[in-house]
Amino acid sequence: MNDGTQAVEQALSENSTPKPATETKHVKILNRDVNVYYGEKHALKHVDLDIYEHEVTALIGPSGCGKSTFLRCLNRMNDVIDSCRVIGKIEIDQTDIYESGLDVVQLRARVGMVFQKPNPFPKSIFDNVAYGPRIHGTAQNKSEVEEIVRTSLERAGLWKEVHDRLDQPGTGLSGGQQQRLCIARAIAVNPEVILMDEPCSALDPIATAKIEELIDELRENYTIVIVTHSMQQAARVSQRTAFFHLGDLVEVDQTDSMFTNPKDSRTQGYITGRFG
Amino acid sequence: MTDTQASHIVTSYEQELTRLRSAISEMGGRVEVQLTDAIRAISRRDAALAARCQAADASIDAMEDEIEELTLRMIALRQPVARDLRSILAALRISHDLERMGDYATNVAKRASALIRLPEVGPINGIARMGRLAHLVIKDVLDAYTENDVERAVNAWRRDEEIDQMYTSLFRELLTYMMEDPRNITPCAHLLFVAKNIERIGDHATNIAETIYFEETGSRLEGLRPKGDTSSFEIQGEEPADPFDLDPPGPESGSEI
Repeated sequence: MNDGTQAVEQALSENSTPKPATETKHVKILNRDVNVYYGEKHALKHVDLDIYEHEVTALIGPSGCGKSTFLRCLNRMNDVIDSCRVIGKIEIDQTDIYESGLDVVQLRARVGMVFQKPNPFPKSIFDNVAYGPRIHGTAQNKSEVEEIVRTSLERAGLWKEVHDRLDQPGTGLSGGQQQRLCIARAIAVNPEVILMDEPCSALDPIATAKIEELIDELRENYTIVIVTHSMQQAARVSQRTAFFHLGDLVEVDQTDSMFTNPKDSRTQGYITGRFG
Repeated sequence: MTDTQASHIVTSYEQELTRLRSAISEMGGRVEVQLTDAIRAISRRDAALAARCQAADASIDAMEDEIEELTLRMIALRQPVARDLRSILAALRISHDLERMGDYATNVAKRASALIRLPEVGPINGIARMGRLAHLVIKDVLDAYTENDVERAVNAWRRDEEIDQMYTSLFRELLTYMMEDPRNITPCAHLLFVAKNIERIGDHATNIAETIYFEETGSRLEGLRPKGDTSSFEIQGEEPADPFDLDPPGPESGSEI
């Protein structure tokens, strides 16, 4: 617990001076020869992928291509699946996240996750956001908790809509608001990386646009990896796009190159709607 | 190009892409006819053909509008990407080039109407030759477009040099005729404009070849096309400079003659 607190405090102090999105690209997450097996099934094959800091990286591909499996490797969510084996090197800031003895709880505070369906706790809006800082012991007293809740909701673009009803249940919000609440909850523990697994697939276009706008703002302070089935969304929000197919990373490139001139015929076929 | 052979999952989208390609081919066909008719009107001194040819331009303009509407709708409704996006942009660009080519051919037909009322002069054969060559280049780029044939497009792109060279030599020849006999000046001046219009048609054909290259490869055709047109620098006799520079250098400088 203590280690976790220190790490979060360290992260907090680092983040208190927000870094501008610079031109020099720093590899935040380095993946080398990453393989995932579900029992006998080789679900992800020899993936080498660099994820850059302050960028949105979109993972696209048909269902069952391994993109969600890959996303779940990045904060060791696959650990909870018994038959799942992850082989290869995944480093966040030069630290191997599969090292034995690494505190997984601490890792998941550094690498937050937002899921497909908004899943707020059955608690008040305030408690939803305050939950993380409380259990991680980030906040020393009530006013610090209040401050974190406020800034997190502001960053998630939800403060204006909910500031006068923080005591009401989070589950009473609209779908889009619930998803932004989940994003506020994720950023309340000051992560470095935010993973998003189809965060807009249950939302209407306006709520989707708000989340997309939010993702673009969050990029300044966080590194974001997003799995999406909407190629238009990948095109809109990401700077880099990776295309997976049958467990292979087929192609990764700047998003604008991927959508104007993909190099691989499978990418071409998938994004133009010719197979999948 | 193998990947583009696979058809789209959404049949109506595939049909729209096919419709767009055939509209370009049809428009290209009309431009070909427009040019050959205009040239024929000059060489056969056929006033009726010249008049028909001038009237036909409206249908080419209408096709450009139709293609623009089609591309606009596809961009809005299909949100095309990658090769599909390039194809749709290419169709839009090609339709603009074809429309300009149609205009130049129509200008040639207008000159034909004037030339028919004047005494015949020598270099009409040269004009007909130049027109045939331009027609060949157009035909090649249009075939390259329908067959997605980059190599053919690049070859046609190179052949524009021949048109330019022919233009330069016609320019010299026409000047000679004008100096020989002042009565030749009026018809020769008309023929000069005709030659210039054909030369511009060739330039637009090379634009189309470049667009095809972009559509197929996603990159631009590098390097400058060898220019055979030196008429801009042409001086008769010992004149130190050409005070009536007809054609400022550069392929896109297009004087709207």
